[in-house]
Amino acid sequence: MATGYDYDDAPGDYEGAADARGSQDVAYDPNFVPDSVKTFVVHLYRHIREKNVYEIHQMYETSFQSLSDRLFKDTPWPSVDAVANYVDNDHVFCLLYREMWFRHLYARLSPTLKQRIDSWDNYCSLFQVVLHGVVNMQLPNQWLWDMVDEFVYQFQSFCQYRAKMKNKTEQEIALLRQYDQAWNVYGVLNFLQALVEKSMIIQILEQEKEGIEQFTATDGYDYNGGSNVLKVLGYFSMVGLLRVHCLLGDYHTGLKCLQPIDITQQGVYTSVIGSHITTIYHYGFANLMLRRYVDAIREFNKILLYIYKTKQFHQKSPQYEQILKKNEQMYALLAICLSLCPQVKLVEETVNSQLREKYGEKMIRMQRYDDEAFSIYDELFSYACPKFITPSAPSFEEPLVNYNQDAYRLQLKLFLYEVKQQQLLSGVRTFLKVYSTISLGKLANYMEVDEPTLRTILMTYKHKTHAVDSDGKIISNADVDFYIDDNKITHNVVEDIMKDMVHVVESKPVKRYGDYFLRQIVKLEGVINDMDWVKLD
Amino acid sequence: MGRERETRKPQQVSYTVEQLIAVNPYNPDILPDLENYVNEQVSSQTYSLDANLCLLRLYQFEPERMSTQIVARILVKQALMAMPAPDFSLCLFLIPERVVFFSQYLFLCLRHTCCLNQMEEQFKTLIVLSHYLEVCTFATGRLRQFWDEAAKSRHIVESVPGFEQAIQSYAIHVLSLTYQKVPRPVLAEAINIEGLSLDKFLEHQEANCGWILEKGHGRGQLIVLPHNEFNHPELKKNTADNIPLEHITRIFPILG
Repeated sequence: MATGYDYDDAPGDYEGAADARGSQDVAYDPNFVPDSVKTFVVHLYRHIREKNVYEIHQMYETSFQSLSDRLFKDTPWPSVDAVANYVDNDHVFCLLYREMWFRHLYARLSPTLKQRIDSWDNYCSLFQVVLHGVVNMQLPNQWLWDMVDEFVYQFQSFCQYRAKMKNKTEQEIALLRQYDQAWNVYGVLNFLQALVEKSMIIQILEQEKEGIEQFTATDGYDYNGGSNVLKVLGYFSMVGLLRVHCLLGDYHTGLKCLQPIDITQQGVYTSVIGSHITTIYHYGFANLMLRRYVDAIREFNKILLYIYKTKQFHQKSPQYEQILKKNEQMYALLAICLSLCPQVKLVEETVNSQLREKYGEKMIRMQRYDDEAFSIYDELFSYACPKFITPSAPSFEEPLVNYNQDAYRLQLKLFLYEVKQQQLLSGVRTFLKVYSTISLGKLANYMEVDEPTLRTILMTYKHKTHAVDSDGKIISNADVDFYIDDNKITHNVVEDIMKDMVHVVESKPVKRYGDYFLRQIVKLEGVINDMDWVKLD
Repeated sequence: MGRERETRKPQQVSYTVEQLIAVNPYNPDILPDLENYVNEQVSSQTYSLDANLCLLRLYQFEPERMSTQIVARILVKQALMAMPAPDFSLCLFLIPERVVFFSQYLFLCLRHTCCLNQMEEQFKTLIVLSHYLEVCTFATGRLRQFWDEAAKSRHIVESVPGFEQAIQSYAIHVLSLTYQKVPRPVLAEAINIEGLSLDKFLEHQEANCGWILEKGHGRGQLIVLPHNEFNHPELKKNTADNIPLEHITRIFPILG
């Protein structure tokens, strides 16, 4: 089993290092509010009340980060009680502040069990306020995305933490028993589900198609004095549900949750880079596990190209490291997909050359299907898979055992099992590629198997390269396809006992002219409009 | 749905269960309903992937409530009978390893008998059966791998009505992806029907599914399978370049 699984999904997940915090507590006074923080909360509060999304976004993205870098590199921000009187003790603002407070803590320090539980409580209060429609703010999409993203991350982090039972103190175990509702999987899923339902986002997206409603066009913002918070949280919760289901190994349900979002088009999910990447990463991974390799390849290709072209704009973003990491992971997943389903034509040149640079040599070895090839599949999968969780509570009976790797091991094993089942296919593929017709007998000879076995292998090839899509339709993932027919010509050739012939069909890449023309038409219109502005004197 | 329902008590289980899942996908209270529904599906020969995944999900959340009996039924039901859909894997992804107990021996020695209890034995068999179906070894020459294994495990297979037919239609599905014309013996092995029963079966298929029987070149019958885009690639429509109306609407203002 690969050891590459120790990575963290987000920075700062240093489980078990909680003891190290003792020393910081001495210097850290939660009630001390530096002037810059005072100004920060006062301004942020005012901008939120004035619904000035632009300023909120600036403060949220830039000021919060720079203050954190300057003053709170390794201590938490001042406690919410200390800042509450600068913001009229505003209940919702305090919840938002605490949400950021915990997020900062998770990113830079390691949360104690008590803090994990408190953060859960804070999410409960925050989401309840949103669900009851009391919130009339307008918040930046980035922030709303971060809330959903962090909520799921903290849930995952909690499950990992709880699964490491071996070195838990008695006190921790007592707390875990006492607060068994904290980060409970039902609670997490039901909050996300409630946000989706209460926001009516699925209906909104439906109505948008009919032109009755606007959502995507305004990036989810409400310019008629309403609030975007519930709607956009509901929207991002669909991505959140996809992610949680992937963490649980429930790929089918995950993709179902995402269905209302048309990922072949731009949408609000592409307006925040983190959400864009998370969506496509999980979409691609789920499709990989469902053997719909072509769907996975297509979307990985698109996003990897997008990241390649835009990554310089994100260099200063706090998410930059995460972006690079997911970028690398998606190249690994793409390498897996293409090794199982060599549809290189679907991959754009830039992406392909990046891929060759990173995994070219490994991909050649993966074609071989020996033990080494398996260990590479293992390695790439372990590096690139989501951080699977076991959602159930531990047994508190002695002896306490760690089970944090169980879920991952199961998914890995099933994946490798699939790889194993496909092991003979790359051999067939090699031969099919160089023939337009070949008799079964000859092919069996080349492959050093008897003819009944060859028939089986050919059927396996068909089965494995033809996936069932979400509507139950059969779709071909084959780069080289074939059919078997009783051939009239060979029928005179005496030594050819089996007269069945394999006819090979190379798949041609489908050119998508339609979308291309649409885009060019819109572009041309833009140019003509621009030219109309130019006055010729 | 519910062919047998009329003869049974007039329950509305199927209707309400589908609704329950839609309204309450993450509610532990619907677990007993879902369990009943599994049995219901078995007897009425219906199938709901979503309902069964939902149940497995609840088991995953609360393993202490899991019934291995029900899990096994789901596995037979969806696993094997829903081929070529990947539903068997979908279920396995959700079942904790210690329940299904399929460790390394699976890869190495499929037929090796370890000391397993009855339930573990049953799961092992199911996984082996699924493996044979995944690699399409219904029968290869004298090795009748899938069908022999299935015959050995009659107690599992026969607990689910319609099992044999489901596998046969999967076999026919793969055959018709692969062959334009299939020799009779190849078909016979795959669907495990021979002699007179095969004649009868072929007659039925000829009348209802557009199969054509042909005389082969001195070696028995050939069966011409219905044309589809996979065994007749020229039938493949170029559907990829269809543009949905809503994408066109974006340029309506320009066109107008």
